Amino acid sequence: MKRSFNKKIVITLIAWSAAIFMFFPIFWMLLAGFKTEIDAITTPPLLLFEPTLENYEAVQQRANYIKAATNSVMISGGATLLALVFSIPAAYAMAFFPTRRTRSTLLWMLSTKMLPPVGVLVPVYILFRDFGLIDTRTGLIVIYALINLPIVVWLLYTFFKEAPKEILEAGRMDGATSRQEIFYLLMPLALPGVASTALLSIILCWNEAFWSLNLTTSDAAPLTAFIASFSAPEGLFWAKLSAASTMAIAPILIFGWLSQRQLVRGLTFGAVK
Amino acid sequence: MLNRRVNTLPLLSPAVFILLLWMIAPLAMTLWFSFQRYNLLNPLTTGFAGFENYKSLLTDPSLWKAMLNTIALVGSVITVTVVLGTLLAALFDQEFFGRAVARMLIIAPFFVMPTVSALIWKNMLMHPVNGLLAFLMSSFGFKSIDWFGEWPMTSIVMIVSWQWLPFALLILLTAMQSLDQEQREAARMDGARPVHMFFYIILPHLSRAISVVIMIETIFFLSVFAEIFVTTSGGPGLATTNLAFLIYIRSLLEYDVGGASAGGVIAIVLANIVAIFLIRTVARTLEV
Repeated sequence: MKRSFNKKIVITLIAWSAAIFMFFPIFWMLLAGFKTEIDAITTPPLLLFEPTLENYEAVQQRANYIKAATNSVMISGGATLLALVFSIPAAYAMAFFPTRRTRSTLLWMLSTKMLPPVGVLVPVYILFRDFGLIDTRTGLIVIYALINLPIVVWLLYTFFKEAPKEILEAGRMDGATSRQEIFYLLMPLALPGVASTALLSIILCWNEAFWSLNLTTSDAAPLTAFIASFSAPEGLFWAKLSAASTMAIAPILIFGWLSQRQLVRGLTFGAVK
Repeated sequence: MLNRRVNTLPLLSPAVFILLLWMIAPLAMTLWFSFQRYNLLNPLTTGFAGFENYKSLLTDPSLWKAMLNTIALVGSVITVTVVLGTLLAALFDQEFFGRAVARMLIIAPFFVMPTVSALIWKNMLMHPVNGLLAFLMSSFGFKSIDWFGEWPMTSIVMIVSWQWLPFALLILLTAMQSLDQEQREAARMDGARPVHMFFYIILPHLSRAISVVIMIETIFFLSVFAEIFVTTSGGPGLATTNLAFLIYIRSLLEYDVGGASAGGVIAIVLANIVAIFLIRTVARTLEV
């Protein structure tokens, strides 16, 4: 008994050291957000300092931070909704009425996710330019909905398959239409699954930085692009960068912690259980 | 069974249609442009270019440099994340105090947006004068390093590895936890030591999960962009220009649509080679 307890202590120490080491950069940024600009760049670095909220105030007063945060919310939310609207019926059809082609349809959908974004950067940019979509929220919403569609369909499909078939069949026998069946029977039953799918989609949209950097300049720039603007001249304002970054990642960090399980399912397409 | 016949076409076709459009239209345009003389700055030179774009791209030393950089980046980050991810997964598979909280801390980097993580590392940790690493090194008597000047690719590898180690860990841990407890118990009864357990029972069980991690990471790492964009901009020189960044320079900075598209085709071909293996692996587990 004693030996196994000692072993547990050792494992606790090693694992916690690893966890703290990995989390440290985030912690360090969190701390810098509460420092004055001078404290933030002082050498030797300060662990103890007089905390200030001035960076948070300064960042929030900047109109473009509010705009970027709004854009991030609208774009991730909009893209997720759009993806769900297309995915729910498709996943329903494949989960409950599989045909010979269901398997290959699912795999084909997955394969569209493998297209590297750089491979289609040029045509997408030109299409966006021709349709006046550069630097618009609509443009990013459409792109994000499309790149997340395979993951959303796939996840919903696995959740729908777990829903109790008998209830849906009973409804069907009572003459429910597909629309009624989806809205009144399937949605309440599969709500947790739909919610975690939406959460994963929001996380992926929120952190997407290839299309947002290439297709937006100012009006529709979400937080990923806003933070990138700190890399040049303003890069010296570490404390403000840290405050802005903390606000940018906080909601997604919480969402991420809430959806750890679905994350594995969603990112590996069910290949790892 | 009394079952209403359901026409699934109107339910399924909208999703299939938009995905088909999304897949075919840009792909066809990339292919088409790659055979065209097309520069946005020079609207007068147009027309069919044959293999000219490919020829000039393939004879351009910067393409080969970018390819080598891409391979170095993808290979290094995969090695780091898979090796450390496996070890950490074995560690987090054990019972210990505060495991749930430690697990939350260790996977946190994966949820940090790439531009934020690149800037934390670039400014606050790797800055040659005020950075924390510079301070630590000088307090141990070493000369501080100008990370992005002297070790540009290593720095990028460190940042991307930090972001993706939690991904490898999460997936490998999930796979490890699905290992049959009875099988472990039996091995332990037979006197298997922890090291043997790891190499003969756990690692073989993980092989599928490891290959999934490698394939998914390859596809994502072929397109690493934001981290390079905010830290080195591909430099110094071409030291950190990968294929993704080269295509970005060609298209959005030099407006050479034809050349950039030829690069895009190369990226798509590379990704597809990996994708075929990944889809095969997924297909094996898919029950309809």
